[in-house]
Amino acid sequence: MSRHYERRHANVHRGVYQTANESTHDYENARDAIARFIKAPAGAKEIVFTKNATESFNLLAKSWGAANLKAGDVVLISEMEHHANIVPWFQLREALGIEVRFIPVGDDFRLDLSSIDDLMKGVKLVSITAMSNVLGTVNPLKELAEMAHRHGALIAVDAAQSVGHSRTDVTELDVDFFVFSAHKMLGPTGLGIFWTREEILADMPPFLGGGGMIADVSTTGYVPAKGPTRFEAGTPPIAEAAGLGAAVLYLEGLGMDNVRDHEKLLTDDALTRLEEEFDGRIQVIGPTTTLERGGVISLDVKGVHAHDVAQVLDQYGVCVRPGHHCAKPLMKRFNLSATARASYGPYSLTSDTDVLLEALSDAVKLFG
Amino acid sequence: MSNLEDLYREVILDHYRSPRNRGELSTPPAIRVEGFNPLCGDEVVVYLMIDDDTLTDIKLTGHGCSISQSSSSLMSAAVKGKPLNQVRDIITKFKQLMTVHESSLETTSEPEVLDARAVGELAALQGVVKFPVRIKCATLAWNTLSQALDEESA
Repeated sequence: MSRHYERRHANVHRGVYQTANESTHDYENARDAIARFIKAPAGAKEIVFTKNATESFNLLAKSWGAANLKAGDVVLISEMEHHANIVPWFQLREALGIEVRFIPVGDDFRLDLSSIDDLMKGVKLVSITAMSNVLGTVNPLKELAEMAHRHGALIAVDAAQSVGHSRTDVTELDVDFFVFSAHKMLGPTGLGIFWTREEILADMPPFLGGGGMIADVSTTGYVPAKGPTRFEAGTPPIAEAAGLGAAVLYLEGLGMDNVRDHEKLLTDDALTRLEEEFDGRIQVIGPTTTLERGGVISLDVKGVHAHDVAQVLDQYGVCVRPGHHCAKPLMKRFNLSATARASYGPYSLTSDTDVLLEALSDAVKLFG
Repeated sequence: MSNLEDLYREVILDHYRSPRNRGELSTPPAIRVEGFNPLCGDEVVVYLMIDDDTLTDIKLTGHGCSISQSSSSLMSAAVKGKPLNQVRDIITKFKQLMTVHESSLETTSEPEVLDARAVGELAALQGVVKFPVRIKCATLAWNTLSQALDEESA
């Protein structure tokens, strides 16, 4: 990104000068990198850049959803969704009269699929997280995709939590939409990604209007561009795309299976020690084994509010997110107002867990 | 870096562990007003009994962090039984206490200290201003009380 700002910093798809060409190259190169990284079957022409994963969901709801859903159609989501995969559907319910239905979450912190056949009635779209940003639970996407297609529905995946932490293959998963953000895969903020199959994208109406998304404009009207640029009105996040391209190269260098193995080891160690050292005083809100589980660990420290836990941990240089994590329905499901969430990444070490546990002991001691 | 001891003074921890005036009052005759912090999920419910321009009783329920809950407990102890004009005066003084002065953020010096006698035990919350994101925790109950008084006099 620094190189981009220092040496290029021209707009894309416009100028004929050298730096403009290089900008376009950075930007389109990132699109290629993402297509390769998630194994998009038709490559870069299936990748749309947005502002963040939330905007990607809004694109899905307001473009594909508005064009393909009608009153009474059902969008099936789950109790463990981020607000980004809830609110756009409620907004579509207000606009079109669709029904928004929730797959419940069981006491084991996993999707309760026992009544799934009933839940699937009338469903046109299943929209589900690959991994809960609160619980760490990894959902059975392949199974859900197969089930959605069997019922004639499409499936969208919120991959914001998973894509930077494990191998992704949208072709193998056989899903229809894939939504994530650059900043949760070691990239910059201000950039989200939306993937769908080429034939679905071709039929989606434009979302935001303006420059860059058109094929032609006259005093009588406009013709939208074809392909992903139709959804990229205005000057796009070019420097951010350059940063994302670099992040993809870095992650590919590490190898996503290695990233997953590394985080699994750290998560397993942390879960074991949390149980051993705190004797039930601290409850992990999420599965307690690393099977089908990622490296986010939500903690409920009995008698100590998450904000106070986070404040004490900050003194140790440990950054945890306190609060409802933009997943209020899930918090309500488990009668919690807030948890403190620690997350592991490819750069984390066991010594980070040592500091986390020391800080947690201190928090417990302070509040008695 | 500011010390945790500035934030978590003993008075605060005491009010958090043993909150004063916890509970409900029947409505009516009492008034009930809810306060939320949508960003962190903290919640305070204030019940007030006002008789002859005096806050004769106050009860609180809700949940949240030690700062929001101890602040509401400290508030209830400070205003209970006081004439309404005095209650409003205490609210104003407390809000002044919670105002971050730019000068105090730029330097490491103590924020402008109000006369501790004017605010009593509430002075324990003064350390909160060194942790700007926690100010909204401390002021939640107070804003809710303010709103209740405004609604009552409207």
